[in-house]
Amino acid sequence: MSKVILTVDDSRTMRDMLKLALSEAGFSVVQAEDGIHGLEVLQTMAPDVIVTDINMPRLDGFGFIEGVRKSALHRAVPVLVLTTESDADKKQRARRAGATGWIVKPFDPVKLVEAIRRVAA
Amino acid sequence: MDAMAAIKETFFQECEEQLAELESGLLTIESGDNDPERVNAVFRAVHSVKGGAGAFQLNELAHFAHVFENALDQIRAGRLAPEPRILKIMLRAADVLADLVRGARDSSTVDESRTEALIEELGKLADNSTPGPAPAPVESETEEFVFQPVQVSVEALFGEFASETSADRVFTVRFRPKPSLYAKANETALILRELARLGTTMTVCDQSDLPLLAELDPEGAYLTWVVELTTTSQESAIREIFEFVEWDCDLEIAERVSEDPTEPVNEILSPPLPTVELREIPAGKLPAANSTPIRALIPNAETPVALPPRSTIRVDLERVDRLINLVGELVINQAMLAQRASEAGVARSSSVAIGLDELEQLSREIQESVMAIRAQPVKPVFQRMSRIVREVADATGKSVHLVTEGDATEVDKTVIECLVDPLTHMIRNAVDHGLEKAEKRLAAGKPEEGMVRLSASHRSGRVVIEVSDDGAGINRARVRDIAIAKGLIAADAQLPDDEIDNLIFLPGFSTVETVSNISGRGVGMDVVKRSIQALGGRVFITSRPGQGSTFTMSLPLTLAVLDGMVVSVGDQTLVVPLTAIVETFRPVAGDIHSMGGDTRVVAIRNLFLPLVDVGMELGFRNDPVDPLTGVCILVESEGARRSALLVDTIQGQRQVVIKSLEANYRQIHGIAAATILGDGRVALILDVDNFVTRSRSDATNQKPMLAAAE
Repeated sequence: MSKVILTVDDSRTMRDMLKLALSEAGFSVVQAEDGIHGLEVLQTMAPDVIVTDINMPRLDGFGFIEGVRKSALHRAVPVLVLTTESDADKKQRARRAGATGWIVKPFDPVKLVEAIRRVAA
Repeated sequence: MDAMAAIKETFFQECEEQLAELESGLLTIESGDNDPERVNAVFRAVHSVKGGAGAFQLNELAHFAHVFENALDQIRAGRLAPEPRILKIMLRAADVLADLVRGARDSSTVDESRTEALIEELGKLADNSTPGPAPAPVESETEEFVFQPVQVSVEALFGEFASETSADRVFTVRFRPKPSLYAKANETALILRELARLGTTMTVCDQSDLPLLAELDPEGAYLTWVVELTTTSQESAIREIFEFVEWDCDLEIAERVSEDPTEPVNEILSPPLPTVELREIPAGKLPAANSTPIRALIPNAETPVALPPRSTIRVDLERVDRLINLVGELVINQAMLAQRASEAGVARSSSVAIGLDELEQLSREIQESVMAIRAQPVKPVFQRMSRIVREVADATGKSVHLVTEGDATEVDKTVIECLVDPLTHMIRNAVDHGLEKAEKRLAAGKPEEGMVRLSASHRSGRVVIEVSDDGAGINRARVRDIAIAKGLIAADAQLPDDEIDNLIFLPGFSTVETVSNISGRGVGMDVVKRSIQALGGRVFITSRPGQGSTFTMSLPLTLAVLDGMVVSVGDQTLVVPLTAIVETFRPVAGDIHSMGGDTRVVAIRNLFLPLVDVGMELGFRNDPVDPLTGVCILVESEGARRSALLVDTIQGQRQVVIKSLEANYRQIHGIAAATILGDGRVALILDVDNFVTRSRSDATNQKPMLAAAE
């Protein structure tokens, strides 16, 4: 059974790229368009790994991660954050919010899959 | 690769949206809106463009977006005030960003000097705003994370050495997770698994800190792991495994330089501990100790799924067009059916006739709904105009404020696309010619900043777009003089004010002797008028001296249907677009005058208008018809020239579905398109402009236009 990945990103381009990279690697992909949408989607499914952007309208990545970590059902789901550059400041904030790890954008599909394998049971 | 090309396409589409968002956001901030979410949205737009550009290796674009983003970040962080001067730079940067996006899309070149100049300006903004040392990263409550991760590149340090050693090295990794590691959904088992991938491992678990069960915190972390790893990899590879958890554990990595790699790891630990066999451990499902329902986190979420669903979908334009075409066929078919039924003598009160009526209503409704799919708000076009205003204002040294109204007015996509050029021209014209220079404005008691207003609205089934300025208005004396000098009107012609104003739409009229590179470009207002008319629209100008001018355009909502007058000529049925028709009348004997040959004129209210026999002109018959038996349709064509078209009878006024003649047959001069009537026959739609011009030039040789086509 393939692993289910939830991606949360407001950019259609990025969503498409994530979907392409992840489905080529054999994952099932579910997509949400911002933090709030992501939390809504989580009420209906249980992903194995979540990949989220930081800069998003309505609810940003930090808020989204906090939401995931406060949820009884999903708080043990690994969350990978997409950050544009290796921005230490953002990583720190993401970590404080409860992110499991991060992927530097623009991502290399191989590295993305590698990172998911690293955090996914 | 195809998938990537499709994504790239999406990226450029998305860029256009982001650019629109960016521009409208900046304009809103400029208008004094201090909502931080505005700045965030603007920042996000640039950030998205940058992200995508990076992914597609559009380096120039990514670099500019990066510099732009940095400058915006200063505003976002409150280190730079969004004052008008700054916003002007931002808006120009947005323009350059748009150019770069389009340049990247079309692989065209972009003015590099302009890009460079703005990069410098933006760079300055980002620098100036941070006096003193750069602000330290936010480190409020997290004293445990104070140390910065140090990227140790072992390869770089031991370049040659590393490359030549494929020999096994032995590392001892001592790893003690903290509870926070698990709280972030990291998993020791996975880390150990990753380590095992690097080589052979011997793993020892130190349980000495494990408390008695009563004191055990189920979410605590009490175990220490010691892994002896025999690997050909570098230390950096091991560090990388711990990249995500280095703050959430105590980690020691040491390379054993011992000559004996079999030396047991147990020696390091005392007392000796049992080794642990690693098995696949299921993903840790932590107990539900802290069970805040997830929806509590969603702001303003009274009901769990209260958010409105996404209300748009993206559809290929081709599909919509196909649908529109099919619905057009449906409407025609329905009309044919109705006609057949009535010909067959079906009573109006019969259930068949009632059913047909209902069908008619339904198909009309479907048609309208399908047309509505193609309708789009004029907002994107209006936004493009704000850029034009800025550019022309910069070039002319005028300060101009653009006000837009009715951005949400919806018009058919094709109409919108065709609108860009004429609108651009009018806007340029308004700023360049309409508005006075600052000194003149001040002298006239007006504010220094000129205003251009762009508005759209729906009026009786058409869309009306107005471009007005608060400039000096049209200099009528000058317009008159020029028109006389260019032979456009007679020297002694007595014209009312509004006719003088509309002289500027005549071909060959240009009020500025030296064609400026802004409004000039070899295009006059006559071209604007022609392109509006080609859309089935009309344009005229009203002007009040000292108070400004207003260009008003009225356009059809869609190009797929047309309001036309259905007329009979000979045994043919033709459609004359209603927009071109001024009035209809029955000529009386004394009004018709022959000009020699077959050329005739008709007198109406002291004007002599050429009388065009449509049947002759199109070759439906060879002999001129007696005008007194027909009906005259007074049409206005290009340059406000009027002519009378002579037809046999008027059948009525009807909305017809336009079918391209070019696509189905070939282009015919004087005929715009065709339509299919209720009886299934094809009726040609007259292109009044072309038809009239052609008939005039043909007046001498009288060759029927359709002769060649038949």
